[in-house]
Amino acid sequence: MEKIILKLKEEIIEVLNLSEMKPEDIDEKAPLFVDGLGLDSIDALELTVLLDKKYDLKINTVEEGKKILYSVKSMAEFIIANKKH
Amino acid sequence: MKDVFISSDNIITSLGFTTGENATNMFAGKTGIRLTENEHMAPSPFYASLVDSSLLRNKFSAFDDPDKFTHFEQMAICSIKDALSGSEIDFADPGTLFILSSTKGNIDLLENENKLRYGKERIYLWNTAQLIQRYFKIRNEPVVVSNACISGVQAIITGARLIRAGLFENIIINGTDIISEFVVSGFNSFQSLSTGPCRPFDKTRDGLSLGEGSGTIILTGNHSLSSRSEQIMVGEGFSTNDANHISGPSRTGEGLFIAINRLLKKMHVSIDHISAHGTATLYNDEMESIAITRAGLQSVPVNSFKGYWGHTLGAAGIIESVMCIYSIRNSILFNTLGYHTSGVTNPIIIVDSFISREINNCLKIASGFGGCNAAILFHKK
Amino acid sequence: MKRSYIISDYCSIRQNAVEVNNHIVYNGSGADFGKFSNDIYKNFAVNYPKFHKMDNLSKLAFLSAELLLRDKNINQKYSGDDVGIILMNASSSLDTDRRYQNTISDRANYFPSPSVFVYTLPNVVIGEISIKHKFYGEGNFFITEKFNPSFLVSYVEQLFNTETIQCCIAGWVEIDGNDFESLVFLIEKPDKTDAGIAIFEPATIQDLYDKKK
Repeated sequence: MEKIILKLKEEIIEVLNLSEMKPEDIDEKAPLFVDGLGLDSIDALELTVLLDKKYDLKINTVEEGKKILYSVKSMAEFIIANKKH
Repeated sequence: MKDVFISSDNIITSLGFTTGENATNMFAGKTGIRLTENEHMAPSPFYASLVDSSLLRNKFSAFDDPDKFTHFEQMAICSIKDALSGSEIDFADPGTLFILSSTKGNIDLLENENKLRYGKERIYLWNTAQLIQRYFKIRNEPVVVSNACISGVQAIITGARLIRAGLFENIIINGTDIISEFVVSGFNSFQSLSTGPCRPFDKTRDGLSLGEGSGTIILTGNHSLSSRSEQIMVGEGFSTNDANHISGPSRTGEGLFIAINRLLKKMHVSIDHISAHGTATLYNDEMESIAITRAGLQSVPVNSFKGYWGHTLGAAGIIESVMCIYSIRNSILFNTLGYHTSGVTNPIIIVDSFISREINNCLKIASGFGGCNAAILFHKK
Repeated sequence: MKRSYIISDYCSIRQNAVEVNNHIVYNGSGADFGKFSNDIYKNFAVNYPKFHKMDNLSKLAFLSAELLLRDKNINQKYSGDDVGIILMNASSSLDTDRRYQNTISDRANYFPSPSVFVYTLPNVVIGEISIKHKFYGEGNFFITEKFNPSFLVSYVEQLFNTETIQCCIAGWVEIDGNDFESLVFLIEKPDKTDAGIAIFEPATIQDLYDKKK
């Protein structure tokens, strides 16, 4: 879990161009949207692309997306639960 | 304020190659939006309104070799040619300017298989504008207006301003955009494409349908060159920015409200009809209903044309303005194809059938990526 | 022809230098725009994290406007909806279009990027400037083969003459790979500006454009 969370933080910083942040600046339990990192709708779409590109995982509905993309931790849990070998 | 007349117009869409042909098909309730299976453009089928390329090539070959011109250029040239036939304006007159409205131009030339087909410069919008300008032997260097989905309306606003400032006497405005892998994939990545022909303002709307097309409006400050049928004028027009987000519209409809309000303050007329942008995305239509209500126009009949030809991007503002002008001339409000039940929080009046009614003016509004908005008024003399 | 408006300030960003009102305010290596723009961002402590999400055209326009408006208190002087932004270039958003095309050109590695796609329209730069500075006014983006001072001046003048705007950010912002140049002006009415650079007229801005070429 720890490894995945760290890797995910690095990937998020890269795909969302959060160049002024480091992985240790991101709290994995904090909400990614509205509060916390305050990401927007384009960021949400990019995170969907990230999950597809790097982990071969698809988000099927908006509701599903809201739960999965809630925090770094919820994203990591989704990846672990659906890991493809 | 100096008069700006509309001299003539044309539209080319999936529903026809002239304004009249389009109107006939629209009255028959037809939509040009089809489920499109095109592996080249997208890995899965999508709803879009395309202009048949063999029909277009056929028409084009009556006066030139279609192999020498891209799909985009063929549409634009055909459209301008038809508009020209309805106008007495001398294109070679030094007081004539060509304005091209487009978001992406010949963007399909970025694809690997197209890169070597035409010269390196063909992809540049200035090159496309010049090609068209020189084709029609217009003397002045052309200008391209590229402001996302408000480009068409903004091009007409720009043209009217230039005539009023005495800088040009006649302005030929063409708006064209094509459907391409570039654009389909982009809107898909935004998850903003509809799962059927789009349903503007409807409760069940779920996104926009892309369209391609070309529209031409010829403006003139010279009364004797104005339209052979009833004179329709271009009134005030304004563009604004939401200053909020680069892709989502302002939740309070800020920019669009400011544009409409400015126009109302300057023109002091009561508005008979509004042609909305009405793309059928959840956010756009909601935002427009808010802006329209904030401007005090909640009792004015509003329609959207997007259900007929989809969202034709840089051509939309021109194509839809042409139909606004048609509406005024023919005293008819067009049904909002795809709409059944209101799905916006403000109770604005959506036109849901064809209504014969005298219309003295029509407010055309548009919004686009980058937070831009525009409003323009067309009216009888 | 009587010209009525004043260039209060200008900012030019070219291959190796940033110039504001006849003074070079930053020298750098313009070889790589990404690095150069980042260096400018840090040097002037711009402090706006969204900058890093922008494409190169937006970064160029944004930084030009940022340095142009620094310490000007434009928002105190004018209402946000009275400030116009009129920009032009030759390549539209082609630099970013190519980048986006790369995300879709290989069907085996097909991941269209929404955050790149959103910048494949040149007018988005107007959006970025408007968001930062809270400008709601008239905006337009024109494409011409070459920098066209007489068109720019005529267009901006008639916006002032018709009272559509009270102040304008106007100019040329062009990027195509590692070739980039921007020349952006702050235009005001004579009674609103203490000291100006010059009258806003085609010959003057053509000279400023030609200066470092």
